[in-house]
Amino acid sequence: MDDLQQALSAIAPQLGPGATTIVNLRRLSGGASQETWAFETDTGAPLILRRKPPSPTGSGNAVPLATEAALIRAAAARGAAVPQVLAESAPGSEIGEAYVMARLEGETLGKRIARDPPFAEVRKTLARDCGAALAAIHGVPTEGLPPLATSSALLEIEKYEGVYRTSGAERPIFEAAIRYLKDRAPTVDRPVLVHGDFRNGNIMVHPDKGLVGVLDWELAHLGDPAEDMGWICTRSWRFGGDKPVGGFGDYADLLEGYEAAGGTPIPLERVLYWEMLGSLKWGCMCLTMYMAYATGSDASVERAMIGRRTSETEIDLVNLLEAAR
Amino acid sequence: MITHPTSIELLESVVRFIEERAAPNLKDRDAFHARVAVNALNAIKREIAAGQPAEDAQVERLRDLLGHDGDWTSLNGELCAKIRDGQIAPTDAKLLAHLKASIVDQVRIDQPQYAGLKQAGG
Repeated sequence: MDDLQQALSAIAPQLGPGATTIVNLRRLSGGASQETWAFETDTGAPLILRRKPPSPTGSGNAVPLATEAALIRAAAARGAAVPQVLAESAPGSEIGEAYVMARLEGETLGKRIARDPPFAEVRKTLARDCGAALAAIHGVPTEGLPPLATSSALLEIEKYEGVYRTSGAERPIFEAAIRYLKDRAPTVDRPVLVHGDFRNGNIMVHPDKGLVGVLDWELAHLGDPAEDMGWICTRSWRFGGDKPVGGFGDYADLLEGYEAAGGTPIPLERVLYWEMLGSLKWGCMCLTMYMAYATGSDASVERAMIGRRTSETEIDLVNLLEAAR
Repeated sequence: MITHPTSIELLESVVRFIEERAAPNLKDRDAFHARVAVNALNAIKREIAAGQPAEDAQVERLRDLLGHDGDWTSLNGELCAKIRDGQIAPTDAKLLAHLKASIVDQVRIDQPQYAGLKQAGG
């Protein structure tokens, strides 16, 4: 940590006008694939460091941090609400593969955003704000971007079907959802930049300013713009809120916000399609986490019990299949 | 069959022990896992009461849906195969009625507070 303190102090002038060193370096979270640190410059600028540990494991789908930084910058240039990227650092350097961004003030806990009184006022316009942010992200010209994987509804279904088949479970609701979604898989003529994990929990919301930042870009790829819309509507991310968009807003507000900000109109039907795919995806991810228990790689009660949350996504899938008839 | 105590009483005593004695001494990840452990025990308690009737009702519906007898594993496996290869459409009304009744029973056991359960009329 002393090394990191020194290495960050060396770039302090880049991080704030007049800054000469950095203070209060502390680790916020550290997954196996990603570390997050908070600190300030001596002039008081609040900052975040996202860094890849020296030998990261897991999260095979994540884009390199340099890509993440480039995408945030590109989205900012289109006017999306994102944190400002201030400095980048290459693999093998003293800091390691990392970037520094401005630390935003606000809340990321989905439950608070969807239900707590301090957010009641901004909840009214939050779905619209989300639509506007997505229009900006999806409007990023893809030509100048770092290499990104291209996905599609069919590829996503096949990926999660693979997860399900490997688990050995026999679940007729997953079978029905896979069949339904495969038979109606949309194709995309011109894939756009998709955030890939756009949901309540990955957005920073301020009680007065509303949406201030779209975070967690590591699953970004090229694909169908409706993917991002369906994911934030997936019931698993509503946190007990009673509205479809992240628990806080209506479909119409999301779509109107998107169009008003220059997004190419997306039919609600297409959003609902991706919402169903979102429930299938989260259900298969719950199964994957349970499989870590079943195979003995993580013997915790939490990994075991998360398998019992698969049924939540199944009841959502049945509700959506019924509504789609 | 076994009483004094019943399995339900045993479970309840363990839940009480975790909540009242063990959990207050735990921190962070362990405290979180203690809450998950209580959730797991409560799910088992509900499953002891409602699991067999739910399975019996499922088998009953599966026999009706597939037109022949069998145990749960073989009937459920056959249903999965028929949906997969397109013999039963995923929007088939009778299929959806079966899936809905089955999953409502299961979520009542797994996560009875889940909002989607209310939407499904559970």
